[in-house]
Amino acid sequence: MSAREEILGWIRSAVAGAPVPEVSREYARTVDHDVVDLFAERVSDYRATVRRLGWDGLALAISEELEAAGVGVLAVPADVPPDWLGVTDAVLRRDVPPLSTMDLDGCGGVLTGCALAIAETGTIVLDSGVAQGKRALTLVPDVHVCVVGADQIVGSVPEAIERLDPARPLTWISGPSATSDIEMDRVEGVHGPRTLTVLVVG
Amino acid sequence: MTGTWIGMPAFPVAARKALADSQLRVNLRNATGTIRARREAVVAEKPDWEALRQAGKEIKDRTIANLDEHLLELERNVAMAGGTVHWARDAAEANRIVIDLTRRAGASEVVKVKSMATQEIELNEALADAGIAAYETDLAELIVQLGHDKPSHILVPAIHRNRAEIREIFAREMPDVPAGLTDSPAELAAAARAHLRRKFLSAKVAVSGANFAVAETGSLVVVESEGNGRMCLTLPEVLISVVGIEKVVPAWQDLEVFLQLLPRSSTGERMNPYTSIWSGVTPGDGPREFHLVLLDNGRTNALADEVGRQALRCIRCSACLNVCPVYERTGGHAYGSVYPGPIGAILTPQLRGAGADPVAASLPFASSLCGACFEACPVLIDIPEALVHLRAEAVDAQRRKGSGKGVGERLAMRAAGWVFSSRRRFEAAQRGAALGGRVLGRRGRIGRLPWPLSKWTDARDAPAPPPESFREWWRRTRGTGE
Repeated sequence: MSAREEILGWIRSAVAGAPVPEVSREYARTVDHDVVDLFAERVSDYRATVRRLGWDGLALAISEELEAAGVGVLAVPADVPPDWLGVTDAVLRRDVPPLSTMDLDGCGGVLTGCALAIAETGTIVLDSGVAQGKRALTLVPDVHVCVVGADQIVGSVPEAIERLDPARPLTWISGPSATSDIEMDRVEGVHGPRTLTVLVVG
Repeated sequence: MTGTWIGMPAFPVAARKALADSQLRVNLRNATGTIRARREAVVAEKPDWEALRQAGKEIKDRTIANLDEHLLELERNVAMAGGTVHWARDAAEANRIVIDLTRRAGASEVVKVKSMATQEIELNEALADAGIAAYETDLAELIVQLGHDKPSHILVPAIHRNRAEIREIFAREMPDVPAGLTDSPAELAAAARAHLRRKFLSAKVAVSGANFAVAETGSLVVVESEGNGRMCLTLPEVLISVVGIEKVVPAWQDLEVFLQLLPRSSTGERMNPYTSIWSGVTPGDGPREFHLVLLDNGRTNALADEVGRQALRCIRCSACLNVCPVYERTGGHAYGSVYPGPIGAILTPQLRGAGADPVAASLPFASSLCGACFEACPVLIDIPEALVHLRAEAVDAQRRKGSGKGVGERLAMRAAGWVFSSRRRFEAAQRGAALGGRVLGRRGRIGRLPWPLSKWTDARDAPAPPPESFREWWRRTRGTGE
């Protein structure tokens, strides 16, 4: 008998007659706060940089943040909005044709948008959609500057799950790379980007 | 099948040794104290925490009741998304699948994301025997691997090491260690980053576990902090995920419960730094081959036990370890299993089968039944209930074997029954204990007593009896005897 058939048989005889409870979903689906304020506060709790600004100040803010983080070579997704790049003088590496891992390792930073953001947990979610590109883009460079539209922020985790498409590869990002492995205290900066800058716009 | 470490002594012996290690106790007290405070703070800010726990429990119980159907649905949806599903009855079968897939990819090394399932099946050892080098990439796993050590905690396998010890291990074992490395955690993390960077960028095959597998969508979920998980899940050409059959959840919506319960219970964060969710393969983004290995390895054995099966709800957060007074004093190695602490005490014997080996059989007794684990558990596993149930099974298994072990406790109980059944014998025994107590008592405690009473005092101190019993005092002060 195949392993599959045998395991399924063991399961069936083990759970025969097991009760099947209903799932009560009485937990909160929304949050009571202003989601933009809450998101900015919760992201900064992770020791990420957060700035709030209008769309007309975005290109300048991007340029300032890249300079502050010392980014000389910037990776960008193929469909990055051109007006985000109006001020910066960083050397651009566009992901067309696709940048290899080694190419990305030569980039100091990356600039992307996001799919949505979650206020309660200070989380950005990327789904490889508009202005985000493939997953490796936001992983290999050491600085990630992420543009979040105020209208992309939802309150809670249940609201985010409802809006996300499970068929797309998803990356949830809550602050810079960190570890709790040394004496169980959070230290920023291991393998992922050690600097995360979030620009909340609109 | 594996599950307990070969050659490890049973818990009471190992615990005695661990208790004598004062550095270990200081390290554990500091680390668990830190994480307890963080967990309490982020749980307290969720007024709906109890509703989330209740939903988590119900989702898991509902899944378990129809586990076969959910696994078949998962298999269908992973295949539809371009992945391949393999089934493994036990550790040897799972290891063989991973070795074959690695060889087929033409690789002689793999990078690994921290995974309890692959520790349980001792995949690294099996790969080494097959001539394949496995590189652990989680910081704590790296500390354990470089220190030629064993993991002692589900979440932070190197919790028994403090920063000074970690610095020493790095200085001794890392060929490319930075000169003048100090014990600042930021510097230690940076050293690990530099050490593993080339491995990540050039690896062809990665091996991971998964925190959840969604049947409805064929999605796998890995929750992590450092970015080593993302590196392994995204950069190599071939990804192999070894996942216990109990990790399946039926619906996409179920993640809204577990992605709130897990990080708050585990690292005491509102959300962990990185969560990766993927379904099969995505052209141009991530691995071009994805293999899911569904692992039984004793899980269906646990599933068959109506009380014990609740252990399969476990989402491996480790909150029960961090609140356990026994764990805080003995550390994880004393449990002799990759699953230490309260959850390990009920999971390991079930994965192994009752009475299968002395280590597993001793684990249900490695608890004071104080109940702190139950209060902390995000999926409401009644660990004390399961412990009592498994104790009874362990005793039954010993009785069936008819071996000398376990008989001591029965003899002690029979002697107690004889003593308690007569007032005269009881009073004589009390006087004897009072005399013995004056000899043996140290700061009002009795340490070890001779067999068969050692069956009690081996694992715990007993308060020294008072010089005069209540009955003696009554007779002396109130006169007439009856």
